[in-house]
Amino acid sequence: MAPLLVLGLALCLSGTWAVDKGNFKTCEQSAFCKRQRALKPGESPYRALLETMELTNTRLTLQLINDNNKVRLLLELYRLQGNITRVKINELKPLKPRYEVPDVLIREPTTEPLSVLSQDENGVVLSLGVESQRVIISARPFRLDIMEGSDVLMSLNSRGLLAFEHLRMRKDTFSYKVTSTVASVWDNIKRVFSSQADPEAEKKEEADPANQAETTKEEEEKVEDGMWEETFKSHTDSKPNGPSAVSLDFSLPGVEHVYGIPEHADTLRLKTTDNGDPYRLYNLDVFQYELYNPMALYGSVPVMVAHSAQRTTGIFWLNAAETWVDISSNTAGKTVFGKMLDYVQGSSETPQTDVRWISESGIIDIFIMLGPTPKDVFSQYASLTGTQSFPPLASLGYHQCRWNYNDQEDVKSVDAGFDEHDIPYDFIWLDIEHTDGKRYFTWDPHKFATPKEMLQGLMDKKRKMVAIVDPHIKVDGNYKIHNEIRSRGFYVKNKDGGDYEGWCWPGSASYPDFTRADMRAWWASMFAYDQYEGTMENLYTWNDMNEPSVFNGPEVTMHKDATHGAWEHRDIHNLYGLYVQMATAEGLIQRSGGVERPFVLTRAFFAGSQRLGAVWTGDNAAEWGHLKISIPMCLSMGLVGISFCGADIGGFFKSPSTELLVRWYQAGAYQPFYRAHAHVDTPRREPWLFGPENTALIREAVRQRYTLLPYWYQLFYRAHVTGEPVMRPLWVEYPQDLATFALEDEYLIGRDLLVHPVVEEGARGVTAYLPGKDEVWFDVHTFQKHNGAQNLYIPVTMSSIPVFQRGGSIIPRKLRVRRSSTCMEHDPYTLYVALNLQRTADGELYIDDGHTFNYEKKEFIYRKLTFANKVLSSVNLAPDAKFTTDSWIERIIVLGASKPSKVTLKTADGQEKQLEFDFDASMSVLTVRKPGMNAGADWTMTFQ
Amino acid sequence: WLLFLLLLLLSVGVSAVEVQRPRGVPLSKRQFYEEGKPFTCLDGSRTIPFDRVNDDYCDCQDGSDEPGTAACPNGSFHCTNAGFRPTFIPSSRINDGICDCCDTTDEYNSGATCQNTCRELGRKERESLQKMAEIAKEGFLLKQQLIHEANRGLEDKKAKLGDVQGSKKDLEAKVEALRTVKEAAEQPEREAKERHLKAWEESARMAEVFLELDDDADGFVSVPELLSHSELDPDADGSFTEAEAQGLLGGVDKVDTAAFESIWSNVKEKYMSESNADTPAPEETSREEINEPVSDNESDQYPDDDIPEDEDDDDEEDEDDDRDEHEYKIPPTARTEEKKDDDEGAMPPYDQETQNLIDGKNAFKTELFNFGFGICFRNLEKEISFDFGPSSEFAYLYSQCYELTTSEYIYRLCPFNRVTQKPKFGGSETNLGSWGKWAGPEDSIYSVMKYEHGTGCWQGPSRSTTVKLTCGKETVVTSTSEPSRCEYLMEFTCPAICQEPPNLEISSHEHQEL
Repeated sequence: MAPLLVLGLALCLSGTWAVDKGNFKTCEQSAFCKRQRALKPGESPYRALLETMELTNTRLTLQLINDNNKVRLLLELYRLQGNITRVKINELKPLKPRYEVPDVLIREPTTEPLSVLSQDENGVVLSLGVESQRVIISARPFRLDIMEGSDVLMSLNSRGLLAFEHLRMRKDTFSYKVTSTVASVWDNIKRVFSSQADPEAEKKEEADPANQAETTKEEEEKVEDGMWEETFKSHTDSKPNGPSAVSLDFSLPGVEHVYGIPEHADTLRLKTTDNGDPYRLYNLDVFQYELYNPMALYGSVPVMVAHSAQRTTGIFWLNAAETWVDISSNTAGKTVFGKMLDYVQGSSETPQTDVRWISESGIIDIFIMLGPTPKDVFSQYASLTGTQSFPPLASLGYHQCRWNYNDQEDVKSVDAGFDEHDIPYDFIWLDIEHTDGKRYFTWDPHKFATPKEMLQGLMDKKRKMVAIVDPHIKVDGNYKIHNEIRSRGFYVKNKDGGDYEGWCWPGSASYPDFTRADMRAWWASMFAYDQYEGTMENLYTWNDMNEPSVFNGPEVTMHKDATHGAWEHRDIHNLYGLYVQMATAEGLIQRSGGVERPFVLTRAFFAGSQRLGAVWTGDNAAEWGHLKISIPMCLSMGLVGISFCGADIGGFFKSPSTELLVRWYQAGAYQPFYRAHAHVDTPRREPWLFGPENTALIREAVRQRYTLLPYWYQLFYRAHVTGEPVMRPLWVEYPQDLATFALEDEYLIGRDLLVHPVVEEGARGVTAYLPGKDEVWFDVHTFQKHNGAQNLYIPVTMSSIPVFQRGGSIIPRKLRVRRSSTCMEHDPYTLYVALNLQRTADGELYIDDGHTFNYEKKEFIYRKLTFANKVLSSVNLAPDAKFTTDSWIERIIVLGASKPSKVTLKTADGQEKQLEFDFDASMSVLTVRKPGMNAGADWTMTFQ
Repeated sequence: WLLFLLLLLLSVGVSAVEVQRPRGVPLSKRQFYEEGKPFTCLDGSRTIPFDRVNDDYCDCQDGSDEPGTAACPNGSFHCTNAGFRPTFIPSSRINDGICDCCDTTDEYNSGATCQNTCRELGRKERESLQKMAEIAKEGFLLKQQLIHEANRGLEDKKAKLGDVQGSKKDLEAKVEALRTVKEAAEQPEREAKERHLKAWEESARMAEVFLELDDDADGFVSVPELLSHSELDPDADGSFTEAEAQGLLGGVDKVDTAAFESIWSNVKEKYMSESNADTPAPEETSREEINEPVSDNESDQYPDDDIPEDEDDDDEEDEDDDRDEHEYKIPPTARTEEKKDDDEGAMPPYDQETQNLIDGKNAFKTELFNFGFGICFRNLEKEISFDFGPSSEFAYLYSQCYELTTSEYIYRLCPFNRVTQKPKFGGSETNLGSWGKWAGPEDSIYSVMKYEHGTGCWQGPSRSTTVKLTCGKETVVTSTSEPSRCEYLMEFTCPAICQEPPNLEISSHEHQEL
């Protein structure tokens, strides 16, 4: 009753709605989390049996024993290429195999040699090869320390919270049966007498000292409630395999800042969880989610990044089951003054963050990425799970979505609206109502009678469309897709072996088993133009509801005891959404014969989803808080590989004020995935519906996006090659600047653009931190120069989007904004050269066809642009690559320039010509008029 | 001939067969672009050599130096579109691979293969203009007829209203007579009622005063207790003596409630309450204030309108029931009044005599109501008061309904009344809005009707419908849609909106630019 009351009160006070928290479990309500979290530190029963140690060149194995129950575990330790250590712990002899996550690692990681440095009865010291890095394995209790020199980088089981619930037989003895029957009868009676929704009663049930069976057991292990069956609200999880949770703690000495483990609507810097629930990773369709909360959302990436001024490291916990992450810190409670006091008194203990991971099933399989720089961690993680897919250029443009564009006529008039108001856009989207009765791969026969005609109309304007394809399949004997999946036995099964059925948009629906490669192959084949009727090459796909969302399932998702072949849904849950997107992206690739890059948006995701397309932050709301949190949410995803992230512009639920809508368009223009979306019950909000003044503001924001498309595109190319995030926190580029560690109201796009969007209602100004003692930053709108390492107050009006270009950078833009990105393909570039204090600058220029995989065949232009010693030059970075472009350089703008007497262009054929230029002395801006060389050519330009 | 062709091919940057001027410049601005002479940006900001006009680099802030290229972000390009209408397009559409000008002149260097469709478009436009003009013509004739009928109808109605007013006078006389009878009948009733009420109020006040005076709450009002109320001093000489107090109490030291009643007349006039809190006046006014708009509202509505619709047919909106219930609850003021009555329930029932009188009055009321002219009169008055357009041309729509059946629903537009939607295969009707107002743009206010305050939507506003009127011979609903949830759009043709066709002679633009 109490929590309900509090929630009700909060609702009243804030005068707004919020998530119904009662629909989702707390740690206390999740039996394994409660069990594991109850363990006390410092009492580890695990001991390393050093005599069992075996070391081949690249692999060390060692048995661990739990002294309480004598169950043995097998520890495997690998040194992986690129400064990564992998630790696997499984039962030595499990009753049956435990789930190991497939299809997330892009390949079996390359191992490197390990060697024993020393060994005695207390432990073993291993060399990790590089930089005097060692691993110390302590025997009693088992503990693992990774050292560099005399510094401990990371310790495992240092708090003794390693726990591995071994698989066991259910004790079906006579006495067990009797007592358990009695117990369940008693439970039933209790249930009858207490209202079902009464959380008190549920809590009591869980808190009940377990059944009497315990006393009759031979082992001294406790049998707790929730080990073999668990009930939440009206749903019972049958748990035929019994308890199977795994957990391990990590200590990070010297670390006060940890990030990552998306998806949560929370701050960029993760908070300590001592006084509340742990961060939860369990892909869920959360209706109207709440901000600043560790509750699970639509996606999960079990990767945490730890950062200090000295080093950046990462932990990748490869487990797809429900997972909880506890974070505590010895400095968390301390004020700045307290820290100062410690420092002055010299009594300070080293700051340290302790982290603990708990998963419901599977094994412990961890990758410790040892950095040492942020970019090293990104490339280490990318070497394991792959990099961001390289999106078609058009998908970096603006997307117009709504639930729903009602019919072809509606699509046509919205499309025409963009032309009428001269606002560019690339994609228009169709939500679920476009289908014939929520049967995906079909079109409503009345509203979308001639989809090809519609798509052709868009193609004639060089625009594209996305239609939704969700993974729930309507149970309907007249629906081809359903019949095929059923007859092939491709559906997920319920615990009794029948096809799993749940309730979703179409009513009764079943869920294809995307964990099966044959199912995915079949699904992919459904995107062929002759299968998915009415489609053309400018139609792309959106996978929503792939957590999976099951309206009448426990926590609005699938029952954990549903089965995917040999595995329970429990084991694979967080992976389901990734598989859906994988099969869909494959379908789009295949339909083009492997030529065209796919574009697939997903709501659910997991480690590795970055390889498959874009992610959005789900069903947000038209509130300023949601606009604000879109920044840390996307930054968190970027840190763990997913760069192509965005939030619904304007907010999905509710209706934004005009000011909020405009500000969201402005902020979104500088986030990777730029899509407006709205709930079906909200009034229309196409950009031109708010008066000419606001239409102009939105037009300007979208146009700014389009001018920067060359920069976005080359950053995505970089992300695709290196794995570094496109949108990144400041500390990634300024890892020693403590002032940047918790910043989440501003960020960098690539290395060179700093964005501090206006996300407050009625704002008159923002204060942006410009990093870098020796840096200068140029306001991209006024060209005003500002020094680094300062907090700069910027007065703002409704048209302001504070953005700064770093001195020392060169950014290419296309200033001729047209009605879609494709229309701009052959347009010329303007190079923005921002000089630093040393009067140098550099940048890159990447060009390819924008939509095919031909870049893999080296069909691209990749150039290095450098300004030094008064010479600007373009040098080929990829001499073996071949591509030609019609684009040329129409203008060069040098910020922070001095006035030259002449500017001379020298082209590859040795010809020289003098160029005309303008010099604005008040702003020190030099504009070189129409140099005219091809964007793919070698050239130098001398400023004398 | 060959030479001519060659010349044509050579004249790059200049539209063929036309007066020589830079690409994208309209004839009207030709004089600003003089071949060979320096060009001054049209905003006067700077002057550039002529060879920088249309050289694919933006020199003028206003974009005027690049009318024929996409170089300036704010430029515009003029298509002559011989055979059709000349037009301007944003210069960003030049050579973007999409054919915008029907004469193909915007795509001179993009590789796009455009067909010159101007003649075809011109022909189609002329045809459709012709058709529209014919429709307009016929529609306009119909409209004249409608206006005529409306005026006659209006006169009829005014006459009728006059009649009614005449008979109203008769009736009023009758009513007056009856009223006399009624008042005569009511007089005793009112008096009895008043008597009864007064008596009740009097004793209530008496009790109150007694309790207030009885400071020590011993059930008696005594001389000392009375003395604290100097206003009761009989001779008002400033000294309220014990003797005087005793006199007020009828010569005794203290009185109980029964005795107090007998001396009440001595006290009641002068007594001043200790607490002045019991002033009901402000509450009374606030009640009236609330009452006002409610009754206003009621008079706005149709007599047969807004009967609560107990169920919403939209199956996604499970919570409609709650909402409807709430929405159709009796107005809050009415409820307050009910409650007030309850509170005052302490008042004893009327005595038999009063009750008889009241019953007699009700019988009389019924009789009066049976004349029924009230309603008729009000309807006529209401109809006359509608804005049926400048010449009452929309009057014929009044009390008519027009239906359109779609795949799912039957939509019904009853102009000046309401719009409804009913599922084709059973289910109850949903109100999509009641007549609100004419809502067209300022220059054609009668081109759009707005119907508002329909059945509410879950988590949303109440339904509303915008009806767009276009000229047509027939009066018919041609389409409906729901562009935004619960905001409906209806296309409606009728002759009443037709404008007088200017002149059937359609000017062809064919030669304008040559």
